[in-house]
Amino acid sequence: MKPSTNDMPVSVIEPPKGFEAIDFAELGRYRDLFYFLVLRDVKVLYAQTILGFSWAILNPAIQIILFTVIFGKIANVPTDGIPYFLFSTVAIIPWTYMSEAMIHSSQSLVSEQGMLGKVYFPRMIYPLTPVLSKLVDFTISLILLIGVLIFYKVTPTWNMLLLPVFVCYMMLIPAGIGLWLSSLAVRFRDVKFAMSFIIRMLIYTAPVLYSASLIPPEYRLLYSLNPIVGVMEGYRACLLGGPIFWEYIVPGMVTGVLLVLTGAMYFRRMERVIVDVI
Amino acid sequence: MNTDDFAVTAQGLSKIYRIGLKEQAQDSLAGAVIDFVKSPLQNYRKYRSLYQFDDVTAGESAAATAAPADIIWALRDVSFDIHQGEVVGFIGRNGAGKSTLLKILTRITPPTRGYAEIRGRVASLLEVGTGFHRELSGRENIYLNGTILGMTKKEVDRKFDEIVEFSGVERFIDTPVKRYSSGMAVRLAFAVAAHLEPEILIIDEVLAVGDAEFQKKCISKMQDVRKQGRTVLFVSHNMPAVAMLCTRAILLNDGKIAMDGPPGEVIGHYFSSDGSTSAEREWLDLETAPGRDVARLRSVRVLGRDGWTARTVDIREDVGIEMVFDVLRPGYKLLPHYWIYNEEGTVVFASLNQDPNWYEQPYSVGRYASTMWIPGNYLTSGTLLVTASLITRSPDTVQFDEPQIIGFSVRDNMGPGTARGDWGGDMPGAVRPLLKWTTEYFSETTERNESGRQQP
Repeated sequence: MKPSTNDMPVSVIEPPKGFEAIDFAELGRYRDLFYFLVLRDVKVLYAQTILGFSWAILNPAIQIILFTVIFGKIANVPTDGIPYFLFSTVAIIPWTYMSEAMIHSSQSLVSEQGMLGKVYFPRMIYPLTPVLSKLVDFTISLILLIGVLIFYKVTPTWNMLLLPVFVCYMMLIPAGIGLWLSSLAVRFRDVKFAMSFIIRMLIYTAPVLYSASLIPPEYRLLYSLNPIVGVMEGYRACLLGGPIFWEYIVPGMVTGVLLVLTGAMYFRRMERVIVDVI
Repeated sequence: MNTDDFAVTAQGLSKIYRIGLKEQAQDSLAGAVIDFVKSPLQNYRKYRSLYQFDDVTAGESAAATAAPADIIWALRDVSFDIHQGEVVGFIGRNGAGKSTLLKILTRITPPTRGYAEIRGRVASLLEVGTGFHRELSGRENIYLNGTILGMTKKEVDRKFDEIVEFSGVERFIDTPVKRYSSGMAVRLAFAVAAHLEPEILIIDEVLAVGDAEFQKKCISKMQDVRKQGRTVLFVSHNMPAVAMLCTRAILLNDGKIAMDGPPGEVIGHYFSSDGSTSAEREWLDLETAPGRDVARLRSVRVLGRDGWTARTVDIREDVGIEMVFDVLRPGYKLLPHYWIYNEEGTVVFASLNQDPNWYEQPYSVGRYASTMWIPGNYLTSGTLLVTASLITRSPDTVQFDEPQIIGFSVRDNMGPGTARGDWGGDMPGAVRPLLKWTTEYFSETTERNESGRQQP
């Protein structure tokens, strides 16, 4: 049977022309591939380990204990009256997700360069895969979070209904950083070395280990432009109850959205030349 | 033919690659310090220049005359139309631009200039097994690989049983692929690729895993696809396969289309004496000569009996292949060697330098000429291509390996002193040696006489 030409997709191949719009239709056609790449990441991550998915709980748990001893007991960081263990658990769990997703997303193009040179699919799938696949770890580590909340007899409030908003907001950050850094990493392998330093910096620039109320009021706007600040404040307000400090959250959401938009634009500009530079 | 039924249209496709320029080394400490400070900026400019070609100004003629020294035109102004159902073979020497062209058409890399339009889904057999993950089971890999090659989950669902049956790994379908033998993994990968239903199939045989079984499968797959009226683009060095399977051939040379037409004629042109390969190649500049730190190739040529460069030699005459190379570092044991190919792309033979004066001996710095002599009445008539290589021994390191860099033709002849004698008919075979024959007379009768048989 000879296929007819009329109903066939026509693709046009042209030289890159600066900034290009995101082709959502094309991304849509490849959604199944996206799904299987996420699935691959999840299945492969704990292959041939003894503890398997328990690592998703153990990893943040060890960090929380460490930080509680150092910052809660030794340094005695004030936490607005919340027990330090509870205070840091609520922040470390989204933080672990964000840092893991950021690291993998920023290295995604470099580590998949074999595939990059052999087959075409929208390159944007590469950095966005870890943003989704790390959510599985995040979901598992929520067990730890729920356990801690029950242990401290935290009564849920209506704030908790806002949690999905903050989960989406949290995903913006590794997505934005991943889009920017993955295409940069192809050209400059420096990104890989800078990454561990960036992660360490970020944890101190956001209220993960200390309370945002320690920041003097005149610097508050500047401080909350860091999108991670809003995520931490949002999670604390959702899970522990109390007032939601939107003045900490809204500026960060704006930066988060801008990060993703500019990252996507930059990525689109770079994605076509990636193969020739890698 | 109706202009609307094209499958692929290419107009003026060009691809420029920039090869890195040599870095300037500083010999003073101050210079080195300044260099170190300046280097991030320089590195930035260098990487940027890998994909920005503002300095290669528009217009082919301008670019041709005033191109910067560090760029390579992998493709230059390539235009063609391929209609639906055509099976087109792309041929040419290594580096002629065939694979670059396919990479542009499969959207792996963008053209620097030009435009192409493709009607229909494209699948390529050059990436069999791409994305296979060792830790995943056969089943998971079928889905992953299928979607990477452009299928949807539904399509894989529908074909799943067929794919598994074709691959013959039913029993291990839920076992991680890392437990498979390499043969099983390749079979599974091929089964996935074979069940794609693209309108346009692209096969880069040059890049395919070189086992004969796989190549056979590629060819039979191509025949199936052709029968279904789909379009096939085929890159190959296997000329009989191109001649047999293709309805059209395009010869690329130095990134340009040298000829486009019926496969027989194009292949003939490729091999003809005025084709792409000459009997002599020379590199005047040591910096750009092929080679690495120990040795660099300066020239390769075909020598006739008289010691002059020869395009054509008589089948009865000895022919020499000479390589001149510079040794830049002393003390290495070198092994120059040649591979001789016939026009079907088959290696007729390989030969290593066995000169007892130099074999396993360290070479000192200087210029050398190594010549291999092929005796007369050994090769068959036709065109032969020479790959010239040199390795340093223990550990074996390739210094240069120039594929099919020169060529020559062997002119048939008959009469006394030839293997053919006065036989004017067909003389098949990859070589045509003049061998010693003995025939002895036993007796007058033609009856079998076992006891009378003697050893010659």
